[in-house]
This record gives sequence, C-alpha cells and structure tokens, in this order.
Amino acid sequence: MKPTKVTNSIRALRFARDEMKQADLAAAVGVTRQTLIAIEQGKYSPSLEVAFKIARVFGVSLEEVFQYPEEE
Amino acid sequence: MAFEEKQAWALAVIAVAGYALYVVLVLTGAAGRPLVDAPYVTPLLWTIGLGIVAGIVSGIWFGIAARDDGLQADERDREIGRFGDHVGQSFVVIGGVSAMALAVVEAPYFWIANVLYLSFVLSAVLGSLAKIALYRRGMA
Repeated sequence: MKPTKVTNSIRALRFARDEMKQADLAAAVGVTRQTLIAIEQGKYSPSLEVAFKIARVFGVSLEEVFQYPEEE
Repeated sequence: MAFEEKQAWALAVIAVAGYALYVVLVLTGAAGRPLVDAPYVTPLLWTIGLGIVAGIVSGIWFGIAARDDGLQADERDREIGRFGDHVGQSFVVIGGVSAMALAVVEAPYFWIANVLYLSFVLSAVLGSLAKIALYRRGMA
C-alpha cells in the first residue's frame, strides 16, 4: 500500500514541545500510542477530528501539522 | 503491538490450529474407510467449541496484560476491524453458496458440513491476515 501523500510535522512539533512523548500526545488526543506512531510515520491518515485535536494540543493551525503538497 | 493486532494474530493461530487438529482427527478416524464414512461430527463440534473458548480466553489474557496501557482501541482499530470483517465475510458467503450447491445436488452431509466449516476457518484466517497486513503496512 502506498504511503499517504499527506505529510506531517508531528515529530518536529513534539520535539519543539520539550520532546513530548508519543504516549502523552496520544493520550491528549484520545488515540492509542500505536495509532499516533502510524500517523507520525504517514501510515495512517487520521479523521479530521483527530487531526484538529493534534493541532489543538500543539496550539497551531491544522496546516502547520499536516501538509498536502501540490502534484508535480 | 496494538491490542487488536494481538487479537487478530491469536484468532488466526487458533483457527489454523483448530482446523489442523480437526483434519488429523477425521483422517485418523477414517482408518482406511472412505472419507464420507469417517466420524466427523464430534471432532467438528469439539474443535469449534474449543476455538471459541480459546478466542475468549486469549481476549481476556491480552486485556489483562494491557490493563495499564490506557486506551486499547480507537478509530484506526475500528477501520481496520471493519476491513478485516469485510474480507472474512466474503468467505462465509462463498461457503454458504457452496453448501447450497452441494445440498441441491444432494451431496453427503459430510461434504456440506465440511465446506461450511472450511469457509468459517478461511473467514477467520484471511480476515485476521487482512487486519494484520493493515497494521503492519499502514492504511493511508
């Protein structure tokens, strides 16, 4: 299965937040740690609701967390 | 490994082991006679019953082992679960249609029961493998 075209900056945002642990972010968002890892690795595109929750935890806009590059 | 992925592995292993045991019991029970004359009802009921019990016990076991992990299933688990069930369901339908065809041609009960059992096993195994594949490779 091809990885999603949607990219994300979750890893960078976590590190900018005092190296926030994946488990802590997962708990704050309401998903399992395995799902948070899959999202971070681009193996799972979360629902809009979860995407907004992730952005809200970091206090940034959705597009600062998830990006959808233009087709070449 | 996610709680639901462990469950999928357990179900696949239990289904394969149970069916393998059933095949061995029926083949040894045939003892040289034609297969349709082999006593199959008792091994069939026992292996199905033991499979159900093993599935419940494994679920409880994994649940206890993961009791401190917090959330055990979320939207991704539910999506993967639905896909796996969809894959498994198709084999139940194939089994049902095959059993109906065998009944129409008045095939021995042995074959009707066995085609149904095989479809249940394939449903469990391939549905579980589909879930495991999505957990491993992603579903973006």
